[in-house]
Amino acid sequence: MKPKLAVFKFASCDGCQLSLLDAEDHLLAVAGALDIAFFPEATSRMRAGPYDVALVEGSITTAHDAERIRAVRRDAKCLITIGACATAGGIQSLKNWADHTDFIRAVYATPEYIATLATSTPIADHVHVDFELRGCPINQYQLIEVIQSLLAGRRPRTPSHSVCIDCKRRGTVCVLVARGEPCLGPVTQAGCGAICPAYDRGCYACFGPAAQANLAGLTARLASDGMRPGRIAQSLRTFNGYAPAFREESDRLADGRDRVDEVRR
Amino acid sequence: MNGHSGADAGQRFLHKDRFPCLLEQLEAMGYSVIGPTLDQHAIVYDRIRSVDDLPRGWTDEQQPGSYRVRRRTDDAWFGYVVGPHSWKGYLFPTPVVIARAAREGGDWEFKEADDAPPKFAFLGVRACEIAAIRVQDRVFLAESYVDPIYEGRRTRALIVAVNCEQAASTCFCPSMGTGPRCTSGFDLALTELSDGFVVEVGTAEGAALLATLDSSEASISQLRAAQAARRSASEQIERSLDTRGLRDLLMDNLEHPRWDETASRCLSCANCTMVCPTCFCGSVEEVSDLAGGRVERRRRWDSCFNIDFSYMNGGHVRDSIRSRYRQWLTHKLASWNDQFGTSGCVGCGRCITWCPSGIDLTEEVLAIRGDAPVSEGSS
Repeated sequence: MKPKLAVFKFASCDGCQLSLLDAEDHLLAVAGALDIAFFPEATSRMRAGPYDVALVEGSITTAHDAERIRAVRRDAKCLITIGACATAGGIQSLKNWADHTDFIRAVYATPEYIATLATSTPIADHVHVDFELRGCPINQYQLIEVIQSLLAGRRPRTPSHSVCIDCKRRGTVCVLVARGEPCLGPVTQAGCGAICPAYDRGCYACFGPAAQANLAGLTARLASDGMRPGRIAQSLRTFNGYAPAFREESDRLADGRDRVDEVRR
Repeated sequence: MNGHSGADAGQRFLHKDRFPCLLEQLEAMGYSVIGPTLDQHAIVYDRIRSVDDLPRGWTDEQQPGSYRVRRRTDDAWFGYVVGPHSWKGYLFPTPVVIARAAREGGDWEFKEADDAPPKFAFLGVRACEIAAIRVQDRVFLAESYVDPIYEGRRTRALIVAVNCEQAASTCFCPSMGTGPRCTSGFDLALTELSDGFVVEVGTAEGAALLATLDSSEASISQLRAAQAARRSASEQIERSLDTRGLRDLLMDNLEHPRWDETASRCLSCANCTMVCPTCFCGSVEEVSDLAGGRVERRRRWDSCFNIDFSYMNGGHVRDSIRSRYRQWLTHKLASWNDQFGTSGCVGCGRCITWCPSGIDLTEEVLAIRGDAPVSEGSS
């Protein structure tokens, strides 16, 4: 019997789920290998659990979602989080450094209708996660690899090394060394295929911190190139800003008078 | 006095106007010419189809952690040192498919990769790079473990070396005995003058190639100019690495506090190993289609700085940046000798330039030598 797959969404932009639908070359094979039982983004035919595999996109930002993720966990043999929101809290975790009621007042015409937690947190802060797939958005080939590994009963093979290795493999010249372009690649986990440096830009750390990333080492280099600590902290506080390694280093750097200004600008 | 003395005897002069014939001849002989070209704000190695592809009038400035291309005041064609690429990108390519398997009915059919090795002519190979190719020859060709992908490319390759006429601040080839002058390991070796090249022949293939070109006997003044040009490279080299007792120095100091200090700066990003012309590590993985009926075994460059590179059942063997940096430096400068009978370092300085933190292995050795416990080589 084919494994039953479900795809759930929490606080997110849907981009990671779309990566699955974007995997056009593989989509029919995926549909042939898995029983897609619950995937509201793709089909209105929704079947109840339990599921063999749950792909979870998005972070936990409401009390309701904090309850719902427990139900998802109870219904899933294997729970895999996909994307920066689900694995690190996402861009919306910027509110963890601020007063979230300020954001609500700034954005919504009728703030009193909004009931939300003060924080945006990754799924693993709430329930046990069997595997985390990083990226903003995830890489569709990595997602296929995870699905393949499930079908084959082996561990998914996703790298935990720096983006630099992928730059060198594709022949991209280091933008940090050759041009002084601020780049987070040396401390960022590979996964996208090192796209930005191939287009003359520094890495934005969409896949979060690499294993044992030496943040202080890299930020010292960026500072020696003239980047101000507040600006460096800001560059770490993006899609994966709440991932522990980035969070701790940005807090260390921002621990001065420009902290609030820089973060909220 | 008539004629030329010693090593300069028999050298030829190829005018720059005639240089396109060299490229045409190589193409006619079936070679893909790979050489220096300006791309991505650097001088990299790529396909050369005409002299216009060469980085004419450009040079590089290198410091620990910094590389910049600059305009030269002259129109030199090979007036740079070494860039971020090395020839291993062509001899030891990444990624490559090394085997395939397919399930037909109930049976698996295994196939070797149908590798048709390209025929490369490498143009602009530096002395340190010839040394690096020799180091990789020992790794990939020596004794019983021959790598067919490397072998196919290496045995077909033609090397047109170009002597350095300047040095970067990161160069230390004399310390490693690899340069700056190209003395062997090439088919032809060129020394650039303003109007042409003094050409030395290294092999019969090189001689045959040169015979097809419209060259003339090099004059005494051309030979002297070439000597002076080569000497200026030697004179510019500032950096050095004291290799006396180096193997034992490092191996006797595996718990030196310097490793901790370096680990605080090392990003474990692997840039040093990726740009190193001798680093040869790769990882092999099997990639299948979703149905599991077709599998490719692929090899890609990998690095001892990748935490997963030492992953074995039960955990990571080198589970800290300190242990990974120490592994790299002690392998490169010490255990490489035990393994292959040479140093793993050729003194090209790439690992210094392309380290985002500017970690300089010559300084690391100096630091360990400086206050090392009593061992051979320290006084």
